[in-house]
Amino acid sequence: MNRSGSSPSAAANYLLCTNCRKVLLKDKRIRVSQPLTRGPSAFIPEKEVVQANTVDERTNFLVEEYSTSGRLDNITQVMSLHTQYLESFLRSQFYMLRMDGPLPLPHRHYIAIMAAARHQCSYLINMHVDEFLKTGGIAEWLNGLEYVPQRLKNLNEINKLLAHRPWLITKEHIQKLVKTGENNWSLPELVHAVVLLAHYHALASFVFGSGINPERDPEISSGFRIISVNNFCVCDLANDNNIENASLTGNNFGIVDSLSELEALMERMKRLQEEREDEEASQEEMTTRFEKEKKESLFVVSGDTFHAFPHSDFEDDMIVTSDVSRYIEDPGFGYEDFARRGEEHLPTFRAQDYTWENHGFSLVNRLYSDIGHLLDEKFRMVYNLTYNTMATHEDVDTTMLRRALFNYVHCMFGIRYDDYDYGEVNQLLERSLKVYIKTVTCYPERTTKRMYDSYWRQFKHSEKVHVNLLLMEARMQAELLYALRAITRHLT
Amino acid sequence: MEKMSRVTTALGSSALTGRTMHCHLDAPANAISVCRDAAQVVVAGRSIFKIFAIEEEQFVEKLNLRVGRKPSLNLSCADVVWHQMDENLLATAATNGVVVTWNLGRPSRNKQDQLFTEHKRTVNKVCFHPTEAHVLLSGSQDGFMKCFDLRRKDSVSTFSGQSESVRDVQFSIRDYFTFASTFENGNVQLWDIRRPDRCERMFTAHNGPVFCCDWHPEDRGWLATGGRDKMVKVWDMTTHRAKEMHCVQTIASVARVKWRPECRHHLATCSMMVDHNIYVWDVRRPFVPAAMFEEHRDVTTGIAWRHPHDPSFLLSGSKDSTLCQHLFRDASQPVERANPEGLCYGLFGDLAFAAKESLVAAESGRKPYTGDRRHPIFFKRKLDPAEPFSGLASSALSVFEIEPGGGSMSWFVDTAERYALTGRPLAELCDHNAKVARELGRNQVAQTWTMLRIIYCSPGLVPSANLNHSVGKGSSCGLPLMNSFNLKDMASGLGSETRLDRSKGDTRSDTVLLDSSATLITNEDNEETEGSDVPTDYLLGDVEGEEDELYPLDPEHVHPEEPEYVLPQEAFPLRHEIVDTPSGPEHLQDKADSPHVSGSEADAASLAPVDSSFSLLSISHALYDSRLPPDFFSVLVCDMLHFYAEQGDVQMAVSVLIVLGERVRKDIDEQTQEHWYTSYIDLLQRFRLWNVSNQVVKLSTSQAVSCLNQASTTLHVNCSHCKRPMSSRGWVCDRCHRCASMCAVCHHVVKGLFVWCQGCSHGGHLQHIMKWLEGSSHCPAGCGHLCEYS
Repeated sequence: MNRSGSSPSAAANYLLCTNCRKVLLKDKRIRVSQPLTRGPSAFIPEKEVVQANTVDERTNFLVEEYSTSGRLDNITQVMSLHTQYLESFLRSQFYMLRMDGPLPLPHRHYIAIMAAARHQCSYLINMHVDEFLKTGGIAEWLNGLEYVPQRLKNLNEINKLLAHRPWLITKEHIQKLVKTGENNWSLPELVHAVVLLAHYHALASFVFGSGINPERDPEISSGFRIISVNNFCVCDLANDNNIENASLTGNNFGIVDSLSELEALMERMKRLQEEREDEEASQEEMTTRFEKEKKESLFVVSGDTFHAFPHSDFEDDMIVTSDVSRYIEDPGFGYEDFARRGEEHLPTFRAQDYTWENHGFSLVNRLYSDIGHLLDEKFRMVYNLTYNTMATHEDVDTTMLRRALFNYVHCMFGIRYDDYDYGEVNQLLERSLKVYIKTVTCYPERTTKRMYDSYWRQFKHSEKVHVNLLLMEARMQAELLYALRAITRHLT
Repeated sequence: MEKMSRVTTALGSSALTGRTMHCHLDAPANAISVCRDAAQVVVAGRSIFKIFAIEEEQFVEKLNLRVGRKPSLNLSCADVVWHQMDENLLATAATNGVVVTWNLGRPSRNKQDQLFTEHKRTVNKVCFHPTEAHVLLSGSQDGFMKCFDLRRKDSVSTFSGQSESVRDVQFSIRDYFTFASTFENGNVQLWDIRRPDRCERMFTAHNGPVFCCDWHPEDRGWLATGGRDKMVKVWDMTTHRAKEMHCVQTIASVARVKWRPECRHHLATCSMMVDHNIYVWDVRRPFVPAAMFEEHRDVTTGIAWRHPHDPSFLLSGSKDSTLCQHLFRDASQPVERANPEGLCYGLFGDLAFAAKESLVAAESGRKPYTGDRRHPIFFKRKLDPAEPFSGLASSALSVFEIEPGGGSMSWFVDTAERYALTGRPLAELCDHNAKVARELGRNQVAQTWTMLRIIYCSPGLVPSANLNHSVGKGSSCGLPLMNSFNLKDMASGLGSETRLDRSKGDTRSDTVLLDSSATLITNEDNEETEGSDVPTDYLLGDVEGEEDELYPLDPEHVHPEEPEYVLPQEAFPLRHEIVDTPSGPEHLQDKADSPHVSGSEADAASLAPVDSSFSLLSISHALYDSRLPPDFFSVLVCDMLHFYAEQGDVQMAVSVLIVLGERVRKDIDEQTQEHWYTSYIDLLQRFRLWNVSNQVVKLSTSQAVSCLNQASTTLHVNCSHCKRPMSSRGWVCDRCHRCASMCAVCHHVVKGLFVWCQGCSHGGHLQHIMKWLEGSSHCPAGCGHLCEYS
C-alpha cells in the first residue's frame, strides 16, 4: 500500500506502471519520450479538438489578447472546447502573470515552475522556463532551488503543503513568511504567490487529467529543457489492455454495458431529484454519509493495487525525475488522505464558516486587487457552465452532477458543506470516476489514459474536459480557502 | 470597556439602564437577536444557541436551547430572529437548509417547535413579519425565498430568485405586504407577499454580493444595503426608480447594517472580514464614522439595537466568542481624532487651507506667531491671504491667491501649446521654439534654442540676420557680467538693473560687429555657454518675472564665479597657452576633467577686458574651422538640461530632449529622463493640456512613459435604459436591444464621438450638435434646456 508517501523515493514511483517498470528494469533503457498520439491531447483524438478549433474565431481572439506566449498552446486548444470558460481562465491567468501585481514578472514564472514541479508536470515547467527567461529571469535560478534567493526558497514549504495537504497550513506558516526580516514577504506578495501556486497546482491536474501533449515545436531555446517529455506511461498510450485491473472495470452497480451505464446514471439523478421531496435523511445520517464518503475516498486509490508497489526496487528512477525535482525540496511529500485514522484528528473545514464568496474573495481582493473579481468570475463560470446535455441526451439539468463533482473534490480536502447530502456523491459518481477524480486532484501525475477512458464511456470528450475543468477549479478553490483562512487567522 | 458609565434613558414607562459590558460565550456567534422587552438576547452560532438576560451589570445565561443527545446540524445556526410581537417565538436558519421555530413557552426542555426542511441549501436569513404573528420568511443559498405560516406545516409561497443565492430578506416595516431581498449577484428585489410569481421591482445595488439590508424604522421606503464592495447605500424606494440617496464607503465588506433608532440618519455596520469594529455612520457624513466600537477581537457577526426606541444601547456578537453591550457614550469618536487641517496647492500656485474655525480665529488673533511660522512656506511668492470664503460645519477654508500677474503660469500653457516638437527639420524646430520663447519674453530660453540649433545644425545654413541677432544678444549678456553680482542680491530689483545692462550690451554689440565680422562664429560659442551655465542665466536681461528668481541663488555657484570663469576660458580653446593664468586650484580640480564645461565658458572671456576677449575670439574662430562635432557639446547640453530641470523648468528639459532626440538621449540617465517626462506630463495634465501631454507621451522614448498611452484604453459604456454595461458594442444594448446613443439632431445612432449636454443629457454627433448650437441655443431634443457648448 503506497499510502505514507514519506519515503523519498515514493515520488518517483508513480511514473510508470508496474508492467513497464519490470520491462524497463530488465533492459535499463530510458523510456520512450515521444508521445504516440498527435494533437493537443494524448487522451482526446486530435480531430475532436481541431474540429472545434477551426470554427472558433473567438478562441483565436482570446489567445491574441491574453496569451502570454502569444500562441495557441495545447492547454488552450483543449479548453477551447468550452470557450466561455476559456475566456475567464485566460483573463485571470493573464492577470496574474502579466498585469499589475506585487511580484516581478520573472518571479511569477519561477513560482509557476515551483508549483508545477510538485507534480512533475514537465509541460508547465518547460513552458514557464521559457517565459521565465523571456521576462528577464536569471538563468542560473533554473539550476535548482539552491540557486534562488532565500526569499523564494522560503516559499517551498507552503508550496509543498498547498499542493498535497493544504489542511496543514496554519497561521504559523504565514507568520514565518511575513515576519520582518531580510527575506520577508509582504502580504500582497504572499497572496499573489499563493494564487499562482494554487493556480498552477490545479492546472497541473488539468494537464495530466486531460493528457495534454507537449508542445509540438521542438525549439530548444534554452539548455534547460527537460528531457522527459511526458509522464504518461507508454503502455497507457498504446492503450493495450493487457493488464487486468479489477478495480477499474468493476463498479458498484455491476453494469456491463456502457450505454445502460449512462441510462442508469440518468435514472439515479431523476430518482434523487424526486426523493428529495419526500424522504429526508436524519442529520446523524448526513454526518455519517460525509464521513463515509471521506473514508471511502481513502480506499479509492489505495485499493487500486495497480500502482501500489514496494518502494525499494526503484531507486534508479530518481534520475528520471531529478530534472524536475531540482525545483522542489522533499519530493517524497505527497497527498495523504484527509480521513486517515490513527493520527491526531484534523478538524473538518466547515465550508459555511469560510466561504470563497464571503471571506476568501474579500481577503484576496484586498491584498491583490482585482484578482478576486477574476477568480470569482472563473469559479462562478465553471460552476454554472452547462449545455444541458449528457452524452446523447439533451435538456438535462446537470446541476446535481456538477455539484457532486465539485463537492467530492472538496471532500477529499476535508471541506464539508453542511447543506450537502454526501449520499448523492455515492449515487452519482461511479467508482471508476471516483478513481479518476481522486487521481487527478491528488496525484495528477499518476493519471493514465485507461483511467480517463474507463469512466463515462458514452460521454463526449468535451464533457470529460468539462469534468476536468470542474476538478481543476474545485481544487484551486480548496487550496485557496485553506491558504486564505490561514492568512485571515494571521491577521486577526 | 470597563469605563463604568451608567445610562438611564426614559422610554415612556420603561427605562433602560446598563453599562458597556461583555460576556464570554463558549463558541463563536453567527447572529444575535433581541427580545422585544429589551431584557433578553439570543445568541446563535454553529455550536451555540443560548438566551441571555441583560442585567444591569452583566449578562446572565438564562437558557441553553442546544439540547439533545447528539447535536444535529439543525442546530448549526446561520441566523436567528426573535419575534417582535411574541416573546416566546424564535426562528433559526440552519446551515444545512432547515428553518426551525422555537417556542419558549413549551414546558419541556426541548423548545423546538417546528421544522421546515424545504430549502436545499444553507438558509442565510430568516425574518418575522413585523406585525403579523404567524408569518415567517426565509432566504436561502438555493435561490429561493419561502414564506411560512406557522400554523401550517409547509410554506405558503415560494419566491424564486432565478437561482441566484439569497443573502438577506427583510419585511418592510411600513408596508404590510412588501419585503426586500438581496442577492449574491448584487441585485435587490422588492416583492409583494401576495404575488409570488414575479418581483415588483429589481435593481442592481452593488458590485458583488449584497450581504444585508435594513428598512428604515421611520422613513417609509428608505432601504439601506451593504455589500461585498465595501459600500453601504441608502435607497429611496418610494420613487418610480430606486434612487441612491447616500453612499458610505467602509474599509471592508459589509456584513450587517442596522438603522439606529431615533436617529434618522444613523446606521450601524459591521464587516465580514478583516475589520473587527462596529461603526455607526451618519449617512450624510460618509467619510468618517460618527462612532466606533472597538471591543471585539475577531469579526463581528451580529449587531442589534437593544430597544427599538433607544439609540444608546447596541448589542453585538462576534466570532471571538463574546457577546457585548456597547454604550453609545463609551464609543470612540474618530472625528475627534481626525486631523481637521487640510492643505493643498492649486494649479496656479494658489494655496487652500482648511482648519477648524477655532484655530483660524486664533490665528487671526495672533498674527505674529503664524506669520513667523508660515511665512517661508506660504509667502514664498508674496501671497496675500484672501478672506476665508466658505466653511463647513466646524472648519474654515482659507485660500491664498497669488498676486495677480506675478506668478501667472500662462507662459507655461502658451509654451506647451506652441512649441513644435517634431515633424520638421531640427533647425526649423529650434527656430520656431526660439521664436515662441522670445515672444513670451523668455529670452534665455530663446537663446538656448538658438544655440542648440547652431550646435546641431551645420553653420552654413544659419541666416546672417539671425546670427547678428544672436551676436548682439550674446555680447549683451556677456559683457556686463560685473553687474551679476548685484543681481543675485536683489532678485526683485532685477528689472531696472537689467534694462541698464541691456542698453550697455547693445552698444557693445555694435562695436563688436564693427570690429570684426569674423567674430560671428565665436559668438556662437558664446551663446552656448550662456545657456548651459548657471550663473550667466541671471545675466540675461529678460528673465524678470520668471520663477527663476524665486529660487535662492546657490552661493557656491555665485561667489567663485569670477575665478571659475577665468579658468574655463583658457582650459578649452587654448589649454596650453593660458595655463599659467592665475586661478584657484580647487576649482581647477573641480572642473578640469570636464573639457566641455571649459569649452562652454569660452564666451566668459568676454567679461575679461575687451582687448583680451578679442584675442580669444580670434582663437576660437580658428578652432571652429577644425569643426567640432556636435557630439562634443552633448555633455554640455546635458548639463544645460539638468540645469533647466533643476530650475523647475522641466518643460524646457523635456522639449529639448524630444527635439534633439538621439543626439543627447544616450548621455542622460534613463531614469532621469523618465523622471522629467513624468513630471512634465503631470504638469500638462494638471493644466488640462491633454493633447500636448499625449504628444509628449507619444514622442517619449522611455518605455515606462510611452506605455502610459497603452494603459486603460478601454472605454466602458452602460446602457442608458437598463443601466447594464454594454459589452460587445458601444451603441446597441444586448439586453434591452435598444440603441443607447441617438443623435438628437439626425436621430441616428452615434457610433463615433458623442457629445452631450451635462445639463439635460441630450446629445448627438459632435458635428451636428456644433452646427445646431450655432443657430440655436436650445437643446435640439426640444427639452427646452439652454445648452452650452464650449
